[in-house]
Amino acid sequence: MLKKEDKIFKNIYNELGWDIESSLKRDDWKNTKDLISKGRDWIINEIKTSQLRGRGGAGFSTGLKWSFAPKEVGSRPHYLVINADESEPGTCKDRDILRFEPQKLIEGCLIAGFAVSAHVCYIYIRGEYLNEGKRLQEAIDQAYEKKYLGKNACGSGWDFDIHIHFGAGAYICGEETALLESIEGNKGQPRLKPPFPALVGLYGCPTIVNNVETIAVVPTILRRGGKWFSSIGKPKNTGTKIFCISGNVNSPCNVEEEMGIPLKELIEKHAGGVVGGWENLQAVIPGGSSMPLLPKKICDTITMDFDSLIENKSGLGTAGIVVINKDQDIVECMARIARFYKHESCGQCTPCREGSGWMWRILDRVVKRKATYGDVELLADVTKQIEGHTICAFGEGSAWPVQGLLRHFRKEVESRCREEPLIKKKLNNPYLVDQHLLENKNA
Amino acid sequence: MSLKKVHEEQPKDFKFNSENLKKVEEIFKRYPEKNKKSAVMPLLYLAQRQNDNWIPLAAMKYIANYLSIPYISVYEVATFYTMYNLAPVGKHFIQVCTTTPCLIRGADKIVKLCKEKISPNENEISKQGSCSWMEVECLGACVSAPMVQINDDYYEDLDEKSTKEILESLIKDKPLKPGSYRGRKNTAPEKKLNTNGENHA
Repeated sequence: MLKKEDKIFKNIYNELGWDIESSLKRDDWKNTKDLISKGRDWIINEIKTSQLRGRGGAGFSTGLKWSFAPKEVGSRPHYLVINADESEPGTCKDRDILRFEPQKLIEGCLIAGFAVSAHVCYIYIRGEYLNEGKRLQEAIDQAYEKKYLGKNACGSGWDFDIHIHFGAGAYICGEETALLESIEGNKGQPRLKPPFPALVGLYGCPTIVNNVETIAVVPTILRRGGKWFSSIGKPKNTGTKIFCISGNVNSPCNVEEEMGIPLKELIEKHAGGVVGGWENLQAVIPGGSSMPLLPKKICDTITMDFDSLIENKSGLGTAGIVVINKDQDIVECMARIARFYKHESCGQCTPCREGSGWMWRILDRVVKRKATYGDVELLADVTKQIEGHTICAFGEGSAWPVQGLLRHFRKEVESRCREEPLIKKKLNNPYLVDQHLLENKNA
Repeated sequence: MSLKKVHEEQPKDFKFNSENLKKVEEIFKRYPEKNKKSAVMPLLYLAQRQNDNWIPLAAMKYIANYLSIPYISVYEVATFYTMYNLAPVGKHFIQVCTTTPCLIRGADKIVKLCKEKISPNENEISKQGSCSWMEVECLGACVSAPMVQINDDYYEDLDEKSTKEILESLIKDKPLKPGSYRGRKNTAPEKKLNTNGENHA
């Protein structure tokens, strides 16, 4: 259990006020100038010591990522881009940081910008978070007034500007290269990697892309030391993390806890337990919709950190925990997630564009009890055809939840299927065209 | 990728008003001079605001001219992103989140209420008042599920009763306040626990 003084986000529920004066009381911007004067290498080393892993889903080491930026600025300027395109179903942590702890993010941007030699930072916020974006803009304006941003930001001798760029409702823009495409004014379709954004990113310049939460914890880590951060949690899975607990719990909430906390403790202590009691638990999606679900048996003992979830063939992802109890139809829940991926596929790679639709239509047939046993085999096959055959990780993200369903609830799925009929009627299955969309005139 | 169709009746002309022209200059300052194309998304938003929350083809052509980029580059952006409306929507535009976290807290009941109160089909402007609704994918307020977005604001922690009240207030054109409808503070856990109780939609 995380001690109160070790919490990084003290104002996550806006009990203390979000404006800059209240933030200053919470030690934001306390000795930013001194931190920056210790130099680039010290900052990156301290972040490496803290073993901070990116909070956006992939869990890549942040210090390592920063060290990929070229040491010397060449003919092309460097950019820092903050990914606030939070669209993963089950996740809403960045929203609270944008609303209630904006100064932590802004200070983090300045330090990270200095560490990767960037003078300009873009914060890419999803378009639906318009009010949160306006709030952040106010906070940025307040920081400019105090001379914490702009020319010679915070007296550090480093010029730094932050701009906000709004997305427009595309989940795929949370993928870093799609996000860069979107800032450049194109459709949000991911780029082939390599080259990685650290070398060729925004406008072809070296670019470091980080999640909001990753950047917002940086100032506190530097102030209290990387050792302090790495002392919390488990080895290689250090520090604190905001967990979003939603679904069938008695009091859904966002809560900051240490990494490696047992899932059961998290749900019972903070979210008031599962509706109907722990025994009524059916499954948990541990890290946003793209991570495979875990059945109750695993949930009893699992701890919430990157490595132990990977051992159980799932992942921490964004730590958006969706609790599903036995009152819910698990297949319908996953069919809805498949529909989400079908809707959000950017359409660039064929396996994902077509496959995500196949998965949804088959699962939809299972829900309606019209599927055959052959369909289940086909479904398993389609997930394998998508996984690993796409430019970005969206393919995995859409295939894994279905694989998870088949891994843990295959009996449940098959119990709704029937034998292949002996006399086959011509099925009116729209395989190639999304019929339901064409029928809907304004869709 | 969503399938979007442009509206059949299109206005002939579109021009930014003087207030928006000033905003455009501000937007250009954010991006490097060589990369004016970056402004296409903010400019489409401005056009949408100016034109009663939808973007006509004329506006896309105008923006393409304004940025000196091909018309198709604006068109593909406007059709790719779901938040750009290519056909008129109601003055009160209700977007119901129906992705899994909201679904298991009863989003289907909200959809049903929308069908009853607003219009039987999505994207259809209501007879009474000027409202329209549509189902959308995750809006990123999962711990406050079920929730809807009405124009720019989030209405959270809904149940059938509060949804009814909100929809009726919209039809009367006197919208209720956004925020939590279970009286809780942002995303904090509620102190009063309803153990084993169903308190949501």
